Amino acid sequence: MATKGTVKGIISNLVIVGVDEPISQNEICYITTNETRLMAEVIKIIGKEVYVQVFESTRGLKVGAEVEFAGHMLEVVLGPGLLSRNLDGLQNDLDKMEGVFLKRGQYTYPLDEETLWEFVPLAKEGDTVTAGDWLGQVDENFQPHKIMVPFKMTGSYTLKSIAPAGRYTVNETIAVVTDEENAELPITMVQRWPVKKSVMAYREKPRPFKLLETGVRVIDTANPIVEGGTGFIPGAFGTGKTVLQHAISKQAEADIVVMAACGERANEVVEIFTEFPHLVDPHTGRKLMERTIIIANTSNMPVAAREASVYTAMTISEYYRSMGLKVLLMADSTSRWAQALREQSNRLEELPGPDAFPMDLSAIISNFYGRAGYVILNNNQTGSITFIGTVSPAGGNLKEPVTENTKKVARCFYALEQERADKKRYPAVNPIDSYSKYLEYPEFEKYISKLISEDWIDHVNEIKTRMQRGKEISEQINILGDDGVPLDYHITFWKSELIDFVLLQQDAFDDVDSVTPIERQKNIMDNIIHLCRMEFKFANFTEVMDYFKKIINLMKQMNYAVFQSEEYHGYEKQLNMLVNERKSA
Amino acid sequence: MATKAFQKIYTQITQITKATCSLKAREVGYDELATVNGRLAQVVKIIGENITLQVFSGTEGIPTNAEVVFLGKAPTLKVGDQLAGRFFNALGKPIDGGPVPEGKEVEIGGPSVNPVRRKQPSELIATGIAGIDLNNTLVSGQKIPFFADPDQPYNVVMANVALRAKTDKIILGGMGLANDDYLYFKNVFSNAGALDRIVSFVNTAENPPVERLLIPDMALTAAEYFAVEKNEKVLVLLTDMSSYADALSIVSNRMDQIPSKDSMPGSLYSDLAKIYEKAVQFPSGGSITIIAVTTLSGGDITHAVPDNTGYITEGQLYLRRDSDVGKVIIDPFRSLSRLKQLVIGKKTREDHPQVMNAAVRLYADAANAKTKQENGFDLTHYDERALAFAKDYSRHILAIDVNIDTTEMLDKTWNLLSTHFRPEEVNIKHTLIEKYWKEDE
Ligand SMILES: Nc1ncnc2c1ncn2[C@@H]1O[C@H](COP(=O)(O)OP(=O)(O)OP(=O)(O)O)[C@@H](O)[C@H]1O
Ligand SMILES: [Mg+2]
Repeated sequence: MATKGTVKGIISNLVIVGVDEPISQNEICYITTNETRLMAEVIKIIGKEVYVQVFESTRGLKVGAEVEFAGHMLEVVLGPGLLSRNLDGLQNDLDKMEGVFLKRGQYTYPLDEETLWEFVPLAKEGDTVTAGDWLGQVDENFQPHKIMVPFKMTGSYTLKSIAPAGRYTVNETIAVVTDEENAELPITMVQRWPVKKSVMAYREKPRPFKLLETGVRVIDTANPIVEGGTGFIPGAFGTGKTVLQHAISKQAEADIVVMAACGERANEVVEIFTEFPHLVDPHTGRKLMERTIIIANTSNMPVAAREASVYTAMTISEYYRSMGLKVLLMADSTSRWAQALREQSNRLEELPGPDAFPMDLSAIISNFYGRAGYVILNNNQTGSITFIGTVSPAGGNLKEPVTENTKKVARCFYALEQERADKKRYPAVNPIDSYSKYLEYPEFEKYISKLISEDWIDHVNEIKTRMQRGKEISEQINILGDDGVPLDYHITFWKSELIDFVLLQQDAFDDVDSVTPIERQKNIMDNIIHLCRMEFKFANFTEVMDYFKKIINLMKQMNYAVFQSEEYHGYEKQLNMLVNERKSA
Repeated sequence: MATKAFQKIYTQITQITKATCSLKAREVGYDELATVNGRLAQVVKIIGENITLQVFSGTEGIPTNAEVVFLGKAPTLKVGDQLAGRFFNALGKPIDGGPVPEGKEVEIGGPSVNPVRRKQPSELIATGIAGIDLNNTLVSGQKIPFFADPDQPYNVVMANVALRAKTDKIILGGMGLANDDYLYFKNVFSNAGALDRIVSFVNTAENPPVERLLIPDMALTAAEYFAVEKNEKVLVLLTDMSSYADALSIVSNRMDQIPSKDSMPGSLYSDLAKIYEKAVQFPSGGSITIIAVTTLSGGDITHAVPDNTGYITEGQLYLRRDSDVGKVIIDPFRSLSRLKQLVIGKKTREDHPQVMNAAVRLYADAANAKTKQENGFDLTHYDERALAFAKDYSRHILAIDVNIDTTEMLDKTWNLLSTHFRPEEVNIKHTLIEKYWKEDE
């Protein structure tokens, strides 16, 4: 018998419920109003008064309405068939909903219960198994989808029977295990997990070190992210957070991409719905949508469900990681999530922290980023969740709680700069302030030296130093005028412009330039280092500028041309001629 | 609003603040409307039998024995074809002396469109203003504000845009509108013979400020009727959203909420997003496009209102007075239409993206030359040509009084480029130069 209560008070989406029986913090409940059931979550308990936040509008709700408690926390459904789906923040399948408008109290199941999956057993009778162990696999969009011992099953079990290879629906029993008392427990392809808890079905979480190729040069070359790494992209509005995230999600060498649209524009989600089914994954040649899951809680959808949306996305990512897959999770924007927390905490009249955000914001953010990572599973296979979130700082000022607290935990910092965006130097990632802590990991250095070349890290550092020097000189020229600094300075400055235009800037809307595979990035790097270390002879500063503009133009044309194509070699030839003209003996 | 026989009348108010009054009542729904001595109010808090009402026009002069009647519903609007050509106040009552229109009664501020039922916007909206059509092309289903100082002619530009855009309906939502500006809109629309395709919801500066919180929802509920039921292309004008935000801060302040930046409520982002996100392209052909105004104080775009707006809308248009040519222009640097990529060079001539970028880049060169000049450094010949180009470009392309079609804008820009520059200076693809460069002009 489910626990029941009645509504005692309503303040916007915060509802006070009177209950006589025991209730758990974060338990889910349903409030009945006008024949619809509104889902809500317990967020505070004082004596017999339970404060719940309703995930929908409370319009028309009256005191005395009946409330039914579900006996569990907010959970997601995990099983084959999640890929390619468009889900809302509470994991409802948006495509299954009726009508043009979202109806209150409409909840749809995220899996198909009729689909037959081609099951192949991986474990055998008599095996000892624990949570997360692989029992079998089905083929989901050409990916091996592992059917696991449910994460909730703590302890150790013996596999009593396993279904033979064949076609089954998600709800059919595919295995039976027995526990220590010899009780039999059936297992299907579906399991549930509370979103606020991390899935711990792995043995170890070592430091990540393998490059996760994104095809974006300012990331891969200058500020690399790794499989299981974390990063964040802060930037004022219009500086290119969403364009950069979309570029990464299209190109990254990941098995699964989970995109959480958290309190942002619906049209941006429509762009994904519209384009991803046609775009091709550059690594497998399959359609991008096949590896993608979209969690959409756009800015006009209920605010309370916004908080849930990022956790829903994280839990689904953890599920796929446990299958030994490389998962890339993106959240745009984590600031909207923090704002949802702020609205909730204000309504609860909690003591506010900086900028009226909740006091424990820092802990909440670090806990969330902590769920990402590279893991070694119980069977020695590896899996990863790479997490990249955007941050939308008020007024574009990075001295605000969400940015500062995120900076403490995320290991890559991709700072988008208003001035660069204004100058259309895209992606507007600030070349000096941005960083990747992974460049300092000895494990990474070892890995990348083997993958690309021994001197790679030195080259990366050289580029950074040159950018820094270029900036200093440009400031001096602004004060002293072009004639006020030595000619050498102009050459050094233009070498940094060369790095900026050819390596760091990248056109996200060009078919060729948008994706640069790592071997091509090495080629660009080699060319640039070669030019930067070369000595040139010039008579005056206008000559320097004119010359470097020509070099930049040719190298940009190379970037736009298909690698090693005739066109590419044509430009390369012109470039070599130009370089030889000016080489000082 | 007449009292119906079965409605219970309450006469014991227990608490009155500037914006709210409280009383004991039963069977009241959240968000429900009530009248307090005839003034419209809405339920904002229920704790047991204690009901708190927000009185839209304020509580001045309300006695503790005022008559309170609950209306059993949230704010509604009767939608139907009879709305066309009419003027209403924030509560949806006619202010043009006409009859109350008949139609289906729907609650305002209704649910949002399921994102998977939207279509990607793809239809260009032509305004004749080159600063918009050429550099910041608008698309049906887009939401975009003007960021303008209070003394700039944003209402004039908006009225022009509305009349020239080929839409089926124009819905005006006026918030804190000066009475003169209200009459201006009324005159312009009626002189253009366009009154029958316009619906207006107006809260003037003299009306109670809190009432204006209803304006966007009223306007957008009407818009949804025409876009969904009639598959029409609807353009919604919201002026001025900064007055709307002011009303939000008044309410949250009076309700003792903890303010966040610039004394705005912490929910400002969600409050604004709920309005702007009503912009949509439906697969059936109907659409809602929102053009709004956000007035700035002292040009400060880091203030909470423009800042949050920028995070929500699909670009923004800046007005600026160019003292070199004595005209108001659409500033090409800070203005942005994020949806222009979906139409330029596709719905317009192939050279559009390149010509647009080249001209803005050269305009930026002129700005650099100007800074150089002001700092007392010597100008090169190129700098001087760039400055001459900038003047022509500002006068003939960017000025808000330009009214030509997109092809003409492109031709004119090519003319300016060839007058002031050499082909190799404009950085345009070779094939386009061969086709469009004006040799002999
Ligand atoms: N890499 C890029 N290449 C070309 N154009 C870009 C690039 N990045 C951004 N832009 C331009 O900047 C515009 C805004 O970018 P985007 O929508 O990503 O900003 P944002 O930081 O997500 O803003 P908001 O916080 O408002 O969501 C794009 O519409 C596009 O015109
Ligand atoms: Mg964005």
